[in-house]
Amino acid sequence: MTTTTGTSLVTMRGVGKRYGNILALQDVDLDVQAGRVTCVLGDNGAGKSTLIKIIAGRHQHSEGVLEIHGEERTLGSPREALDLGIAAVYQDLAVVPLMPVWRNFFLGSELTKGRGPARILDVKKMQRIAKQELLDMGIDLRDVNQPIHQLSGGERQCVAIARAVYFGARVLILDEPTAALGVKQSGVVLRYVLRARDRGLGVVFITHNPHHAYPVGDRFLLLKRGRPLGYHEKKDVTLDELTSQMAGGAELEELAHELEQTDADSALIADVRAAEV
Amino acid sequence: MATATTPAPAASPTADERLVRRSAVARLLARPEMGAVVGAVAVFAFFAAVAPVFTQLSSVATVLYGASTIGIMAVGVSLLMIGGEFDLSTGVAVVFSALTAAQFSWFLGTNVWVGVGVALVVSLGLGFLNGYLLVVTKLPSFIVTLATFLMITGINLGVTRLVAGGVSSPSIASMDGFESARSVFAAKISFLGVRWEVTVLIWLALVVIATHLLVRTRVGNWIFAAGGDDLAASAVGVPVKRTKIGLFVGVGLCAWLLGMHNLFAFGTVQSGEGVGNEFLYIIAAVIGGCLLTGGYGSAVGGALGALIFGMVNKGIVYAQWNPDWFKFFLGLMLLLATIVNLVVKKRAEQR
Repeated sequence: MTTTTGTSLVTMRGVGKRYGNILALQDVDLDVQAGRVTCVLGDNGAGKSTLIKIIAGRHQHSEGVLEIHGEERTLGSPREALDLGIAAVYQDLAVVPLMPVWRNFFLGSELTKGRGPARILDVKKMQRIAKQELLDMGIDLRDVNQPIHQLSGGERQCVAIARAVYFGARVLILDEPTAALGVKQSGVVLRYVLRARDRGLGVVFITHNPHHAYPVGDRFLLLKRGRPLGYHEKKDVTLDELTSQMAGGAELEELAHELEQTDADSALIADVRAAEV
Repeated sequence: MATATTPAPAASPTADERLVRRSAVARLLARPEMGAVVGAVAVFAFFAAVAPVFTQLSSVATVLYGASTIGIMAVGVSLLMIGGEFDLSTGVAVVFSALTAAQFSWFLGTNVWVGVGVALVVSLGLGFLNGYLLVVTKLPSFIVTLATFLMITGINLGVTRLVAGGVSSPSIASMDGFESARSVFAAKISFLGVRWEVTVLIWLALVVIATHLLVRTRVGNWIFAAGGDDLAASAVGVPVKRTKIGLFVGVGLCAWLLGMHNLFAFGTVQSGEGVGNEFLYIIAAVIGGCLLTGGYGSAVGGALGALIFGMVNKGIVYAQWNPDWFKFFLGLMLLLATIVNLVVKKRAEQR
């Protein structure tokens, strides 16, 4: 890895975004560092997706400063972001279900051999690399030729993550990667988040679930109604504080209920219930 | 048969010990065109039994000719369907191409090769227009190509009335270049004592090219991706719009090839023809295992669908049945083939 842990990859200072007369995001400070996981937490409509769209080049910020690799920039397109090593993995549009794993892995960046009209796909090489790269991320697939829809939801997310890592991503944006997954599957994805971090990537992990964010995160940015509610180092905040900060009572009740169903620690459930007040 | 308790042999880097070696049969059954292979064999065996003349070489040549006139279009239509789109204008597009070539060279008195060239540009242009309208308006291809189908149908009739004053194009059989064009687009080749139509060769060549394109090139990967999930595809940088427009242009190329054959085989074209043929091409692709929703299928499958069509079409004649029943058999084939495809695909995936 060329970047050392702690190097700033993406920095935001006072960044905001207006859509017409709607303020979707304002005054956001953020520092995405190599080898660290930055979690962005917030409820629906808190501005999480606006934030990642700005970093991923889908939208342009209208206020503040966005620095990438220490240089001030405005990203015009996802392609531009990709070229700067910023890759976004979206929850719902990660892969093409009926295509084999290896074709999905190299989709849009296929390896070829030969020239001109004789230029053909280097199938063997792509199959080998896909298998190896997934193995390095800890995903041990039986057969990279199987259609990707045969994998579990978590594994599909992981293939998308491994793909981004292989194609030189230095900043990895994960948009609610655990939202549609069960408890066990979420655990699988969270482990790969840590693997990506250990490979020196700066990970931006978007979620509305503090229980997924806390174990893997190094820093936590809380958003509410388009404004930052807090920006904490892990040592300065506990899971309980994080949870109660980001949510109101009704949501906590739901969370306690959810925890009961997942056989969580009964003390934890009591804590959550206590925070409701 | 190895039992589950037998320890697996040391795995090579590419093979995996958890991957129970699927038998060659099971892997073959997982191919998209497998249902069509079974169907083609069954249809052949059936007509070979009821009409022995069906298996003679001259009958085979006739069947293949019938199959090729559907098959040439089925290649383009199959790729388009794998890419997730429909084209309802293909039937009249063939006639449109032939009418363009005939009437351009007749009206301006040019060598027919000039008309052939103009028809190529116009056919590719029509394909481009279909694709361009699709990606710009984001309307379903069903609507866009239904609109162009109706418009082309009208243009075929209207322009022919204006130029030739009737319902068929003026005969260009005596014009300069007709014979040389005929020897290209409507050639007959003697082989094994039987005369084979050149369209059979064109058809096979197109299938080979399309198959190579699909499984061994980047464009092929993009076609599967565009049909399978266009949002996911464009998110990873696949030029989905260009791919789809290209597929429509490919259909235009096939329409031109078939249109030129029809023109030079007969010297004249009826302006009202072609309506309804678009369904035959789609049926061939579907029988061949191309998924209606896109993202799955093969060019070989479409070819097998066309072969089944050719066999049923001529087989009924050889069996000396009333050809009125042809459409009934075609419908039955379509139903059976799609059910077989569905079952075979599910079975193969569960293995």
